[in-house]
Amino acid sequence: MSTIAQTMKRAIRRSGTTDISLVAEAVAEEPAPPAPATTAIEIAPNDPLVAYLQGAGGAVEVEKLELDSPAVRALREAGIALVVPLVSQGELIGTLNLGPRLSDQQYSTDDKKLLDSLAAQAAPALQVAELVRKQAAEAASRERIDQELRVAQLIQQNFLPRELPDLPGWQVDAYYKPAREVGGDFYDFLELETGEVAVVIGDVTDKGVPAAMVMAAARSVLRASGSRIVSPGDVLERVNDLLVPDIPERMFVTCLYVVVNPSTGHIRFANAGHNLPFARSADGARELRATGMPLGLLPGMRYEEVEATLAPGEALLLYSDGITEAHDPEREMFGTGRLSEDVANDQADLIDGVLTSLQKFTGEGWEQEDDITLVTLRRTAGAAMAGPGDEDLSVSFCIDSRLGNEREAMERVAEAVAQVGLTSEQLDKLKTAVSEAAMNAIEHGNEGRAELSIEIDVTASGGVLTVAISDHGLGGPVGETEIPDLDAKLEGLQRSRGWGLFLIENMVDEVRVSDAEGRHTVELVVNLEGGGADGDR
Amino acid sequence: MATVELEAHVRDEEGTPVIELVGDIDRNAEEALDTAYSEVEQADSVVLDFTQVSYINSTGIAVIVGLLARARANGQSLTARGLSEHYRRIFEITRLADFMTIEEG
Repeated sequence: MSTIAQTMKRAIRRSGTTDISLVAEAVAEEPAPPAPATTAIEIAPNDPLVAYLQGAGGAVEVEKLELDSPAVRALREAGIALVVPLVSQGELIGTLNLGPRLSDQQYSTDDKKLLDSLAAQAAPALQVAELVRKQAAEAASRERIDQELRVAQLIQQNFLPRELPDLPGWQVDAYYKPAREVGGDFYDFLELETGEVAVVIGDVTDKGVPAAMVMAAARSVLRASGSRIVSPGDVLERVNDLLVPDIPERMFVTCLYVVVNPSTGHIRFANAGHNLPFARSADGARELRATGMPLGLLPGMRYEEVEATLAPGEALLLYSDGITEAHDPEREMFGTGRLSEDVANDQADLIDGVLTSLQKFTGEGWEQEDDITLVTLRRTAGAAMAGPGDEDLSVSFCIDSRLGNEREAMERVAEAVAQVGLTSEQLDKLKTAVSEAAMNAIEHGNEGRAELSIEIDVTASGGVLTVAISDHGLGGPVGETEIPDLDAKLEGLQRSRGWGLFLIENMVDEVRVSDAEGRHTVELVVNLEGGGADGDR
Repeated sequence: MATVELEAHVRDEEGTPVIELVGDIDRNAEEALDTAYSEVEQADSVVLDFTQVSYINSTGIAVIVGLLARARANGQSLTARGLSEHYRRIFEITRLADFMTIEEG
């Protein structure tokens, strides 16, 4: 365009000042640099001068204009004498503004004719140039958007786990596919000090770079809190309180936080407004429910904590709403109902099954509306030997390492074994043994550190009841049972304490102690059906 | 399920002091038991009434061992009353029963 302007300047050498003004609409995106010693004059699209010039049919002397127009006033102030409209296809696309002639004479009719024919040729050229410029600007803006999408994707992908955790006895799978305009889905795995694994899935409201940034922040806070806090509810509570002050308005994060004990299949979870996970067992699919507000909305929120156990062969599916809120061509949603059926029908590969079903539902040519994330955990250990029904009983739970909680352990084991049919003597003895073993775990194995949990698994199978109590083995290996000598204690030669292990060994048929993978486990074994090894029953 | 802090009251039963125990006998029982015992230290014999005790653990047994040691030093005889069958068994296993009289329920 500057070339055009220069050509014109050369053509109108006799003019004192020359300028091309484009109608404001056309210059809005990128104002043309003003020619030296001239002022660019903006003509608003609604200025009466626009209509006037459009119909003028040739050069107009500013002096003679009788319009109430800001543009005319501006032209006069700038000392413009002659305005030549540049009209192409009936549209005013600019003006050629000329100052008074250097000779101070009026512009002649010939001058005006020359200018008019120049304008007639310049106008379409200018229009084409303008179109080209607009297209280039649009392409640049598209490029910017694409670039932004790539940045969002990059952030997202950088913060997703590169590999799946290697859990012995478990098959872990994850599927993540961002929508074109990346949503804020994320998932994560944290290996905890306790030997447990935290599985996290979440979704940030909003899309693109802002969502990706909030997702990155949420993930960092979750990682930091998850590594220090054992209870899933407490983790979410902490993360919420950290996010609330910093999260942009109207944005929030839904998140499901699940802690899995790989050796027992016991899971504890808390939920901040995320889609409820599905557990798949021989009986079908069931939704695991825990309630809580999304993260980042209100400070001081509490999160319900729920426990469950996955038996060998059972699986857990965590997912984001990208799947349940996918639409078919008739705008019907996929929904949790279909997902539940897919989970129930699952044979081997849950993710494959769900994706196949989704594909069938949405049909060909579906453009994914939102990020889709699926994470599955399948407990495989022992699946081959222990089919459903082989075990008469399998109950797991955890207690915190606070003195006094051994009573809770004792009562919960008593509840769990209610169906096994112990004699009252067996039950009393088991209760004392559990209480003593749990107390040892609290005081010795976990050194009274309340944040460390103690896992208790109760199983009955083949006429044998086993209660396994495991801690973190912090107190070091426990030696042989010291046989407490009451005479020595009464004489003050032995400390008055030291009865725990002795009692435990006298309360059950067998005590097995093992250390593996940072866990110290005491198993209390009771033979059912009167097959006790000791003859005192 | 929560622990019940032990309360120990002394009453007289035809010249013999009886320490009535109510609650749990665990590590937290020591103070109550020692305070009550201090009142009866001069008696020839003392009865410990466990009728309203439903939980005794190993740390509680240690507390009882401590009490037994004091009684022996004072040349006193101790009697345990109202023990459940389960805890009577535990008193036998730990041989506490060898050093005190266990009253049949």
